[in-house]
Amino acid sequence: MQYVAAKTADEAVALLAGHSGMARVLAGGTDLLVQLKSGMVEPDLVVDIKRIPGMKDITPEAGGFRIGAAVSGAELGEHAGVCALWPGVVEGFNLIGSTQVQGRATMAGNLCNASPAGDAVPSLVAADAIARIHGPNGSRDCPIGDIPAGPGRTTLAKGEIVTSIFLPARPARASDAYLRFIPRTEMDIAVASAGVSLVLAADGAVASARVALGAVAPTVLLAEEAARVIVGTKLDDDTLARMAAACSAICKPITDKRGTIEFRTKTAGVMAKRAARIAYDRAGAKT
Amino acid sequence: MALDSYQKRTFKQVGTRPNRPDGVDKVTGRAMYGADATAPGMLHAKVLRSPHAHARIVSIDTAAAEALPGVKAVVTAADFGVPEDAFLRDVQDHCMAREKALYDGHAVAAVAATTLAAAKAALKLIKVQYEVLPHVTDADEAMKPGAPVVQAGRAYENVPAGMSENVTHHCEFGHGDLDAGFAKADHIIERHFKTAATHQGYIEPNACLASVTSDGKAELWVCTQGQFFYRTLCAAILGMEASQLRVTASEIGGGFGGKTMVYMEPVALALSRKAGRPVKLVLTRDEVFRATGPTVSSSMDVKIGMTKDGRITAGQAVLRYSGGAFPNTTVDMGAQAAFAAYDLDAVRTFGWNVMTNRPKESAYRAPGAPLSIYGVESVVDELCQHFGLDPLKVRLLNAATEGTKSSYGPTFPAIGLKATLEAALAHPHYSAPLGTNQGRGVSCGFWFNFGGNTCVSLSVNTDGTVGVTEGNPDIGGSRASISLMAAEELGIPYEKIRTIVADTSSLGYNDVTDGSRVTFAVGLATIKAARDAIRKMCSRAAKIWGIDEEAVEWVDGAAVPAGPNAGKFPPMTLAEIAAVSAETGGPISGHYEVNADGAGVSFGVHLCDIEVDPETGASKVLRYTVFQDAGKAVHPSYVEGQMQGGAVQGIGWALNEEYIYGADGKLQNPGFLDYRIPVSSDLPMIDTVILEIPNPGHPYGVRGVGETGIVPPLAATANAVSRAVGVRMTELPMSPPKLLKALEAKG
Repeated sequence: MQYVAAKTADEAVALLAGHSGMARVLAGGTDLLVQLKSGMVEPDLVVDIKRIPGMKDITPEAGGFRIGAAVSGAELGEHAGVCALWPGVVEGFNLIGSTQVQGRATMAGNLCNASPAGDAVPSLVAADAIARIHGPNGSRDCPIGDIPAGPGRTTLAKGEIVTSIFLPARPARASDAYLRFIPRTEMDIAVASAGVSLVLAADGAVASARVALGAVAPTVLLAEEAARVIVGTKLDDDTLARMAAACSAICKPITDKRGTIEFRTKTAGVMAKRAARIAYDRAGAKT
Repeated sequence: MALDSYQKRTFKQVGTRPNRPDGVDKVTGRAMYGADATAPGMLHAKVLRSPHAHARIVSIDTAAAEALPGVKAVVTAADFGVPEDAFLRDVQDHCMAREKALYDGHAVAAVAATTLAAAKAALKLIKVQYEVLPHVTDADEAMKPGAPVVQAGRAYENVPAGMSENVTHHCEFGHGDLDAGFAKADHIIERHFKTAATHQGYIEPNACLASVTSDGKAELWVCTQGQFFYRTLCAAILGMEASQLRVTASEIGGGFGGKTMVYMEPVALALSRKAGRPVKLVLTRDEVFRATGPTVSSSMDVKIGMTKDGRITAGQAVLRYSGGAFPNTTVDMGAQAAFAAYDLDAVRTFGWNVMTNRPKESAYRAPGAPLSIYGVESVVDELCQHFGLDPLKVRLLNAATEGTKSSYGPTFPAIGLKATLEAALAHPHYSAPLGTNQGRGVSCGFWFNFGGNTCVSLSVNTDGTVGVTEGNPDIGGSRASISLMAAEELGIPYEKIRTIVADTSSLGYNDVTDGSRVTFAVGLATIKAARDAIRKMCSRAAKIWGIDEEAVEWVDGAAVPAGPNAGKFPPMTLAEIAAVSAETGGPISGHYEVNADGAGVSFGVHLCDIEVDPETGASKVLRYTVFQDAGKAVHPSYVEGQMQGGAVQGIGWALNEEYIYGADGKLQNPGFLDYRIPVSSDLPMIDTVILEIPNPGHPYGVRGVGETGIVPPLAATANAVSRAVGVRMTELPMSPPKLLKALEAKG
């Protein structure tokens, strides 16, 4: 196995694009190293991207923030600006692993690992975040939700890497939240999860919303009907029940050791309505 | 000084909480665990394991693996003999499959190479031709006629003819007229229960370093609960004399019964013998789950009758345990323990063992008891609900006490159950208010406890310090407890004592660390060894003073004349006697050897408050209190630790831990991610209340405390959940998908 710490994005792309065997990108390594140690993958080439300048930067941009692909959970969790603007994105990302894992894990890595249960992904989709991708043909921007293709697979072309994730600006009375169901309280993987982002109107009703569900389909789901259900409301119990039902209606989970189809379908709706309530209260608390 | 049994006394050091002597090494990382041993020229070993739940091994071709550079030895079952003794043959077959692979993960070959990478690469070059056979992993399925036969011809004589060949053992315990008993009941409840297999979940994976030299001598450094028993098994399997194999126990990162059995140690020795070099073998977590431990799974039917005022009139339990692909008799202990907490006129338990294509069961903290008692305590709870009776008062009304003929035969001496129940009844926890979706569960628990073969050697150093040599690994603070008992008896400070764990060549045979035996039996032997040394020190003082030995007694760490007629001499301290020992007859040491009896049974009562999220089926333990009779708590912190640890393991068993098998018979969750032991944030601090009802069979009244704590939590948790949601939960674990389904079925 060859290990290369790339010095530039172009170098990383050239190595990956020009390689004929199995290649893997290393950022935090919290998935890749586990896979290597357990013998799940045996790549011929590992390209480390975290030493590329800019990869560990959090940069204000157009009222939002650009998060470098190698920014760790601990770093993002200590960034007051991002925490204030997108608390749901930060809390989803910060749920991954332990304190030690948070020192290494990255959002881009969680996205590109392409687990349906990745905790960073639903909130990013709800946030309508944009990934910047660098490849043999230069750079392009891509909505987060278009990157996962299925368990362990992405839509990235050969040689392409995610270099940053852009979280957009938002109005004053807006917020987001993420909840997952796990049988324990930490150190676990989502059985069903939901990220909800919403903006409030002057009267306190929901003006716009995005709802994304995790671990209930091969890829993260954007629950458009569930979002429509809550727009124009103040999240009364009846609305939340209808929102949960709209979420459950689009779930296509599997039964496995972590949960049954029925359990995941029901619980995704419960997580979504509870996350919506948290996001609503967070937005309402802003002036 | 014939103080063999309990004598009331005022303790000076026993009952205090000094720092443990091994603490600094453990918190600084200096302590040597199983994987820390190394030797010059050491090879690294890896084990090839069956990917099939059940398969005939047609052939194994190791030629390509042996030819790989760096590979120094490859072994298969062909490198071992076939032991005549059935128990030993099972132990060996579990370590290395012979003829058939009996479960997913069963070892079929092993490699020793100069690097771990070479050993791993060599595994891929071993060609095993399997004939895949039908498999069965569920106990009830395995009992059906026509089920795939795991091993033929293994049933004991006590199994009636005509049953599935997987049924290997039957037992029956109890007394009285069941029919008459049930006829007196105002209400009878019968329930079917099922529990999943769980793993001991020790943090340190099994590890050893084996070194066999060309003259046939061997060393084994290993993480074990019993170096002497490991020597017995390994020497027998390898065809060695016991004296030629020295086994040294490392520090141990948890065992809970799971490290009372060899898994890969004979394989490491065989590799070393073949390669002529030391071989290190460390299991991965995946291997630990697939091929070590676990405990039995169960399917049970429990039937209990009760009068409307809460008197139990009859109790019956049918227990079907499966301990994997080999015969075992763990169900005996479940059948004996099931109704032990109750004083009953009519009680009967029937046990069955059935083989399945799963790894061979190993002991796990009170093996067999948590399951049957979960069934019994659940039905008692449901009867209390039926009649609207207080569950603790009903247990007090029926509680076994001194003189009760136990459900498994013996008549109880002084026991602490009633006092434990009364302590729970009076505790603020029991009367604290409960909120919506919350329930409180109660359960009794019981364990036999054990004594066993033990010897201790105690040496008095010329500077007045003392060394204690014992033969059981320190798994729960035993060096501290043993030092405390030696200090108490000798009358010198705890800090003057150093207790070490001897290898198998340095001390006589000691049974494995099981049955909660160490503080009881090693403690007893330590006290007796100290008394032996005291006798000798009194004799030396007598010699110096020129008086009779009988005229000297030991008071507060010094020899003194026994009364005014003995003569007037100032006390001679231990240090003073030791300093001149060379002039009075040479070194002073004390010894004691015993097959200890009188361990003294132990009872506990647990209270558990749980809140269930009705929308997700998630259970949260809000408050938990353990009440347990310790006889005498030698080091209360470690007694509390045992009580808390047992409770936490039992809660995990009740809520989320389980071996999950796929339709292909493969274990689906061989890792801590999907085998869900509780994490610290899952649980509140476990409160403890230690009761001290002295054990008549120990000089200080000590009872074992290590195992009873895991017995009540299964039912305490299940009773709390059942009361919180209004549905009786009869299957463990009560994982959220199962609980949510039960809630939705209730409507």
